[in-house]
Amino acid sequence: MTQDLVLLLSIIILLFPFLGFIINIFLGKKLGKISGIIGTTIICIDFVLAALVAYTKLSTYADLQIVQTRFDWITLGSSTITVGFGIDNIAAIMLLVVTLISFLVHLFSTEYMSEDRCYYKFYAFLGLFTFSMLGIVMANNFLLMYIFWELVGISSYLLIGFWYEKNSAANAGKKAFITNRIGDLGFFTGIMILYFTYGSFMYEDVFAGIASGVMPFNSPLMLTFAGIFIFMGAMGKSAQFPLHVWLPDAMEGPTPVSALIHAATMVAAGVYLVAKVFVMFTADALTFIAVIGTITAFLSATIAITQTDFKKVLAYSTVSQLGFMIMSLGVGGYTNGFFHLMTHAWFKAALFLAAGSVIHAMHHAMHHMHDHHSDPQDINNMGGLRKTMPWTYRTFIFVTLALAGIPLTSGFLSKDGILAGTLAYANLTGGWHWIIPVMAFSAAGMTAFYMFRLMIVAFHGEPKTEIAKHTKENKFVVVFPLVVLSIMSLWVFYTPNPINANQGWINKVVAPPQTVVPAAYQWSFLLPEKEETNVIAEQTAVAVANDSISEEVIVEEHKTAEPSAHGVLNKLQEETHHFHYPAMFLSLLIAGMGILLAFVIYQFKYISADKLEARFKFLHTLSLRKWYFDEIYNAMVVGGTVLFAKLLGMFDNYVVDGIVNLSAYLTRVFSNLTGYFDNYVVDGIVNFTASFTGFWGSALKKMQTGRVQSYIVFVLLGVLILLYFII
Amino acid sequence: MEIGLIHYLIISGILFSLGIFGIITRKHAVMVLMGLELVLNAANINFIAFAKFGGMNIEGHIAAIFVIILAAAEAAVALAIVLNIYQNFKHVNVDEVDKLKG
Repeated sequence: MTQDLVLLLSIIILLFPFLGFIINIFLGKKLGKISGIIGTTIICIDFVLAALVAYTKLSTYADLQIVQTRFDWITLGSSTITVGFGIDNIAAIMLLVVTLISFLVHLFSTEYMSEDRCYYKFYAFLGLFTFSMLGIVMANNFLLMYIFWELVGISSYLLIGFWYEKNSAANAGKKAFITNRIGDLGFFTGIMILYFTYGSFMYEDVFAGIASGVMPFNSPLMLTFAGIFIFMGAMGKSAQFPLHVWLPDAMEGPTPVSALIHAATMVAAGVYLVAKVFVMFTADALTFIAVIGTITAFLSATIAITQTDFKKVLAYSTVSQLGFMIMSLGVGGYTNGFFHLMTHAWFKAALFLAAGSVIHAMHHAMHHMHDHHSDPQDINNMGGLRKTMPWTYRTFIFVTLALAGIPLTSGFLSKDGILAGTLAYANLTGGWHWIIPVMAFSAAGMTAFYMFRLMIVAFHGEPKTEIAKHTKENKFVVVFPLVVLSIMSLWVFYTPNPINANQGWINKVVAPPQTVVPAAYQWSFLLPEKEETNVIAEQTAVAVANDSISEEVIVEEHKTAEPSAHGVLNKLQEETHHFHYPAMFLSLLIAGMGILLAFVIYQFKYISADKLEARFKFLHTLSLRKWYFDEIYNAMVVGGTVLFAKLLGMFDNYVVDGIVNLSAYLTRVFSNLTGYFDNYVVDGIVNFTASFTGFWGSALKKMQTGRVQSYIVFVLLGVLILLYFII
Repeated sequence: MEIGLIHYLIISGILFSLGIFGIITRKHAVMVLMGLELVLNAANINFIAFAKFGGMNIEGHIAAIFVIILAAAEAAVALAIVLNIYQNFKHVNVDEVDKLKG
């Protein structure tokens, strides 16, 4: 395949779901159930094409960094806006992930949504979402990225609020949209800073500009800020602290949507964005990213422990895992961060689809028993589903192991890589950075605990309610996606060695790119290793305009290494390899402890969960109430906005209205005055002229007798008078 | 006494005054027209007198002939007007034809 063909195919892949959207939104009502089949077929073809494109990119064009095209979109005077799209290695992998999960979710929904009256609309929105997500994946410039970024935002909004008759769903949609908007504002600011400085939206132009040493506003600090602003977009989309609050609420949407958008693909867009522009982050920006990721991973893991809603547990788990990815990118572990994105997409989609399967079965059981008040998502209403839903259980336990990071699963490989990366990072930077691996490891332990808690409470033991007893395994179309996704969570797809992914293909195709940030503002360990002769390694402290970097790691002299498609092996990677085994043992130990604890408390009940709850009342409430984030935001952001609005209202009522009323009053007085002037002076003149003319008219009209003879007398008189004067 | 220019002018002046008097005092439209003729003829006498005594020569004669022609045309037009007045008012009393009164 030539490059042009690859690009042509990509365009087709991009536009196909849009076609599905057009068909379903306009003709859906007439099509009825067929709309689902159309949507699913389109995505299936899309997946096949995507597989073809991804394979071609990763094999034939493996040496090429990116297969892309660019063209001038708009020319405004001297400035031209260039856009384009392209497939690089991570985009190729993302194409696969998005289309396959989208296909499975489409398939799953044919059963799950079959009783919904807006069936066709659901498929239309799914098509719109897939289109925009593929757009994000293929964009090779900030502008298109931003456009599609907003498009996934709107399709996410539409799908969260899909059951808009429910107040909570409508509110959740709004919350997601508005929270994302905050992040997008930062994203936009970042893009504008870069466009203002480098005059282009294209990644390559911007990166080339940074590499040539041009800084936004001539300040490296601004480059850091540009990076952080762009990362803000990722914070919104990928639900990073403190903008994470929307994602758990987004679970109000239909469960297949949660699987596709709020677990596997859209929320990974933020991580994907960070990976795409990874090369332009300075050391400070990376530190910021790592800290945010770590806080998110830890915080949401603690919340997930006490939640009782099946989907809420998974939602917080998603936030936590996204935190892991962001953290990994922040510490420089580019490969593992992206690797985790991919593996997480498979098993989290599987977990959500399994949740969907359970909820669907619970719904049917409730319907069967004419129970319309119980909560089908509450795990305390479940229990014993292991026997009634064997296939769901089997897939669920497998992907739970993957999420907990147990060997032989993909989750183990990627999570182990991330943890080793954080250890290597902390070792290289030292100081307070050790907090990052500590929090990462404890979050990993908590992950194992809450996932097994969820599994044990929902699937093991005796049925806790009548409903759970009457659940039945779902149809083939529901179970099939689960099985496919669980199989994708096996280690063999990534590397032949089940405990170490270093030799796997992923490390070859997703090698860290060469950073373009001048060496003075970048971690020395992210710079490529140099020839021995070149190593002068002046570790002298350079007082850069920032304090947070430990000064020893800033190298002063400039790098001249040529960037290559495969990136260059750097010190961090080397160090990560060293830390591979310690990290593995440590993470296994912690995960094992977490699992053991879950079994002890919930399966064998050696320790009563209630007693623990009473003992650690404060911590329990804190976790159950989600660290009071919603309340704090309500009080501060919403309350603040309302208060501000009230203040503005008072200002409006008294000051603005006062000014308006005063000016109205003054105008009225003035117009009265002019009225008098008009009535008396102007009208007086006019009337006087009229009556003056009238008077003379009536006086003179008497001369017009109409008698010819009298006229002649006048003429004669006139002639005589003239004669008198002449003579 | 030799008859000179001055005698002609006196005759013409008397004739003119009689014509004006007729125009102003007569009520009957035809009488007014006759007065007008007198005025024109007074002018003619003047022209001829000046032609004979004043050095106007042939121009005076031509002017007189011109005035006679004009008078004929004027009489035709004026009589037509008078006929119209008669049709509208059933009389030709100039005093009462005062529709143009302001």
